[in-house]
Amino acid sequence: MRYYNEKIETMSRDEMTALQSARLVDVVKRTYEGAPYFREKMDAIGLKPEDIKGIEDIAKLPFTTKADLRANYPFGCFAVPKSEIARVHASSGTTGKLTVVGLTNRDIDDWAECDARALVMAGCDKDDIVHVSYGYGLFTGGLGLHYGSEKLGSVTVPASAGNTMRQITLIKDFGATALACTPSYAMVIGEEIEKAGYDIKDFKLRVGIFGAEPWSENMKKEIERKLNITAYDIYGLSEISGPGVSMSCPYQCGLHVMEDFFYPEIVDPVTLQPVPDGTTGELVFTTLNKQGMPLIRYRTRDISALWHDKCECGRTLVRMKRVSGRTDDMLIIRGVNVFPSQIESVLMNIKEIVGSHYQIIVDRVGNLDTMEIQVELAPHAFSDEVKDVEAIRRRIEHDMMGNLGVGAKITLVSPDSLPLSEGKTVRIIDKRKI
Amino acid sequence: MLVNQVAVFLENRKGRLNALLGALSGAGVNIESLNIADTRDFGIVRLVTDDNDKAEAALKAAGFTTARGDLVGIEVADKPGSLTATLGKLSDEGVNLEYVYSYSRSGGKALILFKTDDVERAEALLK
Ligand SMILES: [Zn+2]
Repeated sequence: MRYYNEKIETMSRDEMTALQSARLVDVVKRTYEGAPYFREKMDAIGLKPEDIKGIEDIAKLPFTTKADLRANYPFGCFAVPKSEIARVHASSGTTGKLTVVGLTNRDIDDWAECDARALVMAGCDKDDIVHVSYGYGLFTGGLGLHYGSEKLGSVTVPASAGNTMRQITLIKDFGATALACTPSYAMVIGEEIEKAGYDIKDFKLRVGIFGAEPWSENMKKEIERKLNITAYDIYGLSEISGPGVSMSCPYQCGLHVMEDFFYPEIVDPVTLQPVPDGTTGELVFTTLNKQGMPLIRYRTRDISALWHDKCECGRTLVRMKRVSGRTDDMLIIRGVNVFPSQIESVLMNIKEIVGSHYQIIVDRVGNLDTMEIQVELAPHAFSDEVKDVEAIRRRIEHDMMGNLGVGAKITLVSPDSLPLSEGKTVRIIDKRKI
Repeated sequence: MLVNQVAVFLENRKGRLNALLGALSGAGVNIESLNIADTRDFGIVRLVTDDNDKAEAALKAAGFTTARGDLVGIEVADKPGSLTATLGKLSDEGVNLEYVYSYSRSGGKALILFKTDDVERAEALLK
């Protein structure tokens, strides 16, 4: 199977624009009528739903932010009566309240369609066995891939996260061909398979569908090697829809956005003005077809870029650059913007350390920001001579300075001494009290 | 003579040396010599024990990173200048010494242990 929905996925730009325009007019009207917070935003700038005649008018619309969702906790952003809502999901942020989303049955169906398309993009079909190790529950990861895999008709294994040895047994015994989880958990699974002394060739895994946290190209290579698979990026956020908002194809040239459902824009994070194709900025989405909780120009805080040129896979769906960080994960160290993904990318190139295990500790001493990166020294690289170990440490500091443009102190620690969680790993400890 | 050594990576964290010593005593290993090379950021503990295999296994089980290697041990006469003379001879012949420490086996004579990348030549020169 080449496409799950060939008509949409290979649609001409004119047809797509017409579809998006009709849906935008409709969703703006529905959100204005159903969600008081959005009506107030529109009224405040004197904009009426009928002023929006097509996708070309999108920049006239006000932005929606996470603060709007929090201010209207729990159900204040829904645009339909509660009787129409079939399910809620919620995600916890780093600060404050949960962000709650409500889905109608059609929303759940659209979402499943997105994930079915995503699975086909990764080369899956009805004959595949899809092992879902994303957490099931309020988090959208597990149920998103689950419904998509069921819709496609693959054999779906709802393993959820945790109990890694049991997961490995299931993956091996059932002959899973696709694994869906966070990249850091894929790494944990890969490491446990090695530790348990299994040969990865005895597994049938072929593809991995990984998302929900930023990861570097090097970490991807490492996972591909450990699990003997091709790794695909899946992107999503619960506010817009869980995983399946966009997905990478075999040509690995960005992620195709399901733009008939989610209209993407890239804006300058400071001026909020749209930027041209290929320019990095903050990713903004408008949910074109959502009923339960449509969001207009929602600022994701994710850093990406868009490309509209045609992809070799035949899909015409716009591509977004894999997310390299979040505007709010971004650390500002002595005035320099630093993304954890940059740090990871440097570490993964150094063979003398366990690159996927690291922790960043930011502090302020006097008036100066300090950044310490703790990394695990690989046992094979240890020597009885101080100068050898010190040379490794210095080289990492040197590479870090060259890549980040700001110095970091490298501390070597023993293998397996840094915490590695099964879901999203906490890698940054910011002790600054500003 | 060659003396086998276990080197251990020591993080600059409170209690690590105690944990290291605890792992050894827990395994019933006797330490014959302990030398610590310390930097601001980490340390390397160099051990000679009565059973290095057992020591290394116990340390690995306790999560320590280890490395094994042989050092050259020489007996030095107990008079001023004799160590300088011996080491000077090696250095004149271009044998590099990475580090040096002393070691006294219980009931035996004091030895000077040193690490070099050219064990064979060092031994030949000292004969
Ligand atoms: Zn493509």
